[in-house]
Amino acid sequence: MTTLLDPTSERVPAERARAARLAILEGKTVGLLDIAKARGDIFLDQLEERLVERGAEVIRYAKPTFTKPAPIDLRHEIATQCDAVVEALAD
Amino acid sequence: MSRASSTDENEAVKPPLPSGVVAFVKRDCPTCELVAPVLEALAKRVELTVYTQDDPEFPAGVERIDDTDLSVSWHHDIEAVPTLVRVESGREVERALGWHRGEWEALTGVADLGEGLPDWRPGCGSLSVDPSRAPELAIRFSGSKLGARRVEIASQEDEQEAFFDRGWTDGLPIVPPTEGRVLAMLEGTTRAPDEVVAVVPPDLAPCTVEKVAINAVMAGCKPEYLPVVLAALEAACTDEFNMHGLLATTMSVGPVLIVNGPIRNRIGMNSGKNVFGQGNRANSTIGRALQLTVRNVGGGRPGEVDRATLGNPGKLGFCFAEDEEGSPWTPLNTDFGHDAGTDTVMLFPGEGPRTIVDQLARDPESLARAFAVALRSMLSPKMVMAFDAILVVSPEHSRVFRDAGWSKADLLAKLHELTLMNGDDLVRGADGIAEGLPEWAAGKQLPKFKPDGLRVVHAGGGAGLFSAIIPGWANGEMGSAQVCKEIKK
Repeated sequence: MTTLLDPTSERVPAERARAARLAILEGKTVGLLDIAKARGDIFLDQLEERLVERGAEVIRYAKPTFTKPAPIDLRHEIATQCDAVVEALAD
Repeated sequence: MSRASSTDENEAVKPPLPSGVVAFVKRDCPTCELVAPVLEALAKRVELTVYTQDDPEFPAGVERIDDTDLSVSWHHDIEAVPTLVRVESGREVERALGWHRGEWEALTGVADLGEGLPDWRPGCGSLSVDPSRAPELAIRFSGSKLGARRVEIASQEDEQEAFFDRGWTDGLPIVPPTEGRVLAMLEGTTRAPDEVVAVVPPDLAPCTVEKVAINAVMAGCKPEYLPVVLAALEAACTDEFNMHGLLATTMSVGPVLIVNGPIRNRIGMNSGKNVFGQGNRANSTIGRALQLTVRNVGGGRPGEVDRATLGNPGKLGFCFAEDEEGSPWTPLNTDFGHDAGTDTVMLFPGEGPRTIVDQLARDPESLARAFAVALRSMLSPKMVMAFDAILVVSPEHSRVFRDAGWSKADLLAKLHELTLMNGDDLVRGADGIAEGLPEWAAGKQLPKFKPDGLRVVHAGGGAGLFSAIIPGWANGEMGSAQVCKEIKK
């Protein structure tokens, strides 16, 4: 038998339950997060229109750059203000 | 090997020495052979205990205690044989190394020792400090200082296959990280194994010196490379370098490491012939160690957070040294505010090198123009300021600038001038190419590179009129910035 050393972080990923899905959009607040990719705004404009038609309130957010994870403060802001969030990728 | 035998926790398990005179010897030592008759004579005059390290039958004329497992020698820090120790009430009070008649007579209180022998002979190394044995002994006797989980591989199992199966390799075989090898690797740094070096993206996992050492062993590094790997990991995990983005981008890039300072020569790095190629252990393994650490500790794996469309072979590890000695210019690290002569590693978010061929230029203007044309077309001839680049100038090309008295600043100023682009040629659709800048660019002169976006490095073999470009990806705060870090032992 050979004993070798584990090269990984040995971390057990934290399991978190997903937030409950929304049954209706009426009266709910939906965040739209623009990750700052080209034309992501066009996609989100369309989405906003559709959501508002269905009675949702929409709040728009933007990441400073698509190349880095969203800042923790932004993530917290979205989590406290919204019932759901759509994160847009586009090119 | 750092020794722990004098610490309090080890005092408890240290085998006591008997009172009187104690000798440590091995047969494979001419001085021990020489003093064998002296020990025989001493045994008749004093309380003598002899520990023998290699051959339990040696020395013939006295009673011996078998220390072939080296437990007594190791615990009592025996560095040479013969070693003579005087012990009173279980405590060592005096020690003599090698054969020295005066010292032996003083230590034992016996006169006229070793008639006919020379007055003095140095001893040999104790087996307990032999480099081939010391790591294993340290583990056996001091208990391990390492915290990593132990992975047991059955004797019928192939270590390589076991590591492949767990997803812990880059697709190439690795050096199995045994505890002995990792301890030897840790000798390359003064930093403690449990010190956290960096928080590694994308999992944002804290990474200790020990984990870096494990991955450095796997990559094939020698212990003296470890400080470079540690500094590279620190640089990679800064917010500016943005390792997360570098992984996540669909572009072909990975970390490119450029080493400056005396450490290049101390650890035998290549800055000359075939500088980007295979064949030099330090160049080949240092970049790989960084990438294995990002993969294994940070969780940055291709197809997962690493979303590269094409990637490039340099993502296995791309590391080289600047040829400072042959350069007409100041070293790269001075462009980042370090003093020349400082050991540094510069991390550049780059893809593979592409060659610039110009075999006819003998004047700097002409050669700069050849460089500029290649630089303008880099990644996309329709894009400007978004991407940085390293221009690697080889000796036969740099000679042209040296002979003309061009400094690095002169060359860079000329290249910035020659890479100014006409916005009319860059707008979408221009030149029949859909890609390009929006209409605002029309009518403007736009620089291909940001002011510090182009770097010049000197490297390569002495023959060949070639230079090379290493293109980057999204630069600055939007993507990755170049980071140059001092290498500390």
